[in-house]
Amino acid sequence: MSGRVAIVGAAEADEHGKLPHKSAFQLHAEAARNALADAGLRKDAVDAVFSAGLWMGSETAEYLGIRPRYVDGTQIGGCSFIAHVEHAMAAIAAGLCEVALITHGESGASRIGMPGTRFGPDSWRLQFEQPFGLAGPPTGYALAAARHMHEFGTTSEQLAEVAVATRKWAQLNPRALMRDPLTVADVLASRMISWPLHLLDCCLVTDAGGAVVVTSAERARDCPQRPVYVLGTGEASTHVMVSQMPDFARWDAARMAGERAFAMAGVTPADVDVAQVYDAFTIVPIMALEALGFCREGEGGAFVAGQRTAPGGDFPMNTNGGGLSYTHSGMYGMFTLVEAVRQLRGECGLRQVAGARIALCHGLGGMFSAAATLIAGTEVP
Amino acid sequence: MPEYSGPLPLPTPETRPFWEAARRHELSLQRCRTCGAHVFYPRAVCPRCLGADLEWRRVSGRGRLHTFTVVYRGARNFPLPAPYVIAIVELDEGPRMMTNLVGIAPDPAKITIGIPVEVVFEDVSPEVALPRFRPA
Repeated sequence: MSGRVAIVGAAEADEHGKLPHKSAFQLHAEAARNALADAGLRKDAVDAVFSAGLWMGSETAEYLGIRPRYVDGTQIGGCSFIAHVEHAMAAIAAGLCEVALITHGESGASRIGMPGTRFGPDSWRLQFEQPFGLAGPPTGYALAAARHMHEFGTTSEQLAEVAVATRKWAQLNPRALMRDPLTVADVLASRMISWPLHLLDCCLVTDAGGAVVVTSAERARDCPQRPVYVLGTGEASTHVMVSQMPDFARWDAARMAGERAFAMAGVTPADVDVAQVYDAFTIVPIMALEALGFCREGEGGAFVAGQRTAPGGDFPMNTNGGGLSYTHSGMYGMFTLVEAVRQLRGECGLRQVAGARIALCHGLGGMFSAAATLIAGTEVP
Repeated sequence: MPEYSGPLPLPTPETRPFWEAARRHELSLQRCRTCGAHVFYPRAVCPRCLGADLEWRRVSGRGRLHTFTVVYRGARNFPLPAPYVIAIVELDEGPRMMTNLVGIAPDPAKITIGIPVEVVFEDVSPEVALPRFRPA
């Protein structure tokens, strides 16, 4: 399957941030229109629609006036869009569709026109987690961070290194929302949300959208932009609720997804030139880097120390400024794809990683519940 | 009993025996008669072997603190004042459950992963008692 399809269009919605004047669906639509323009394709060329965070997977197709013959509403959290690329690759390779439009739009901050996702009092979550005061995602991620610190000696300073390095990339991205200088001391001095996570260990909450267009490698060569070939993909799910996480110090789903993606691509972690690793909280990239094999188990904290992932470091990660400083609508995975495409096309200006030929996108779903990994390259192997 | 403002569970058929036992201040789990695994949260099939022959058993209520967080920015309408401790307890019988750690200062420096804990029930409404844990 490696190299059979390519990403030929990638874009964000017209604006992002706090947008109380726009619905979630408008953000999908803006991103879809921009990605199709980038791909040089008309709406009528689209025969497959993928999205997540909806009531029905076909809702965006209706809003956009598309009648797809292939629909995928797979919802495994913020990494869903990376999984959608894998599903699109399989469907295109099987001849079920030709042009896949994958969209994300989320009014994460303003909550305008958001599909309903409330849990009833008889849901597992309301029965076995909420009665104990689970206060949103920071609480759940803190449970993993605390166990990682306990087993491996990971420190709050190491977590803060992730936020600081990511902010340095954001300072090179004019679209990033948080661009003020940041130090490790600033992170440690920010207010504690859910120990061991401080406010600045947590991602932003914004309104944003993004979209990508995927088609066969053959058809990609007729598109105006340089194709970004999908070399390898993987996805996995191990649980949904954080209390069911099989191992609080290890991200099993990421290991499973990464193993398949690297094997399919025929590359190793050492071959990756630039990495976009979902950073909802600073602990997430640390556990991802271990699970994906960039370092050994327990060594993620040491790996990110010394600003290794910052501009000028030897492991450029989250070059758009990440969920920590660029934008985080709630399901951030789409933005790892958009940034990887831009890096591989060489469009990133001040933040461009020179000579980037292989990029890794790695997404997070739920509470370390799911993961999806994609390895993309400028050439077919 | 004063009105409880926090979220209250509404049992489903699979979970009703758990919540009924909790009302009696007993911690009760399912055990799979096919493979012997204890199961939590309650369900109609064993998540280890998919066996459907599950029996309810009162368990020790003892376990160890597996991980925890001290919540400083608490959930809306949650009656414990922040900071409070959310814990994952690994029961002696195997399964892990989310709970609150009580009977200890909510200070991360004073809480150690691995300490032995025991269940203590709090009656929060006429129908519901919540299983929390304290250092044993």
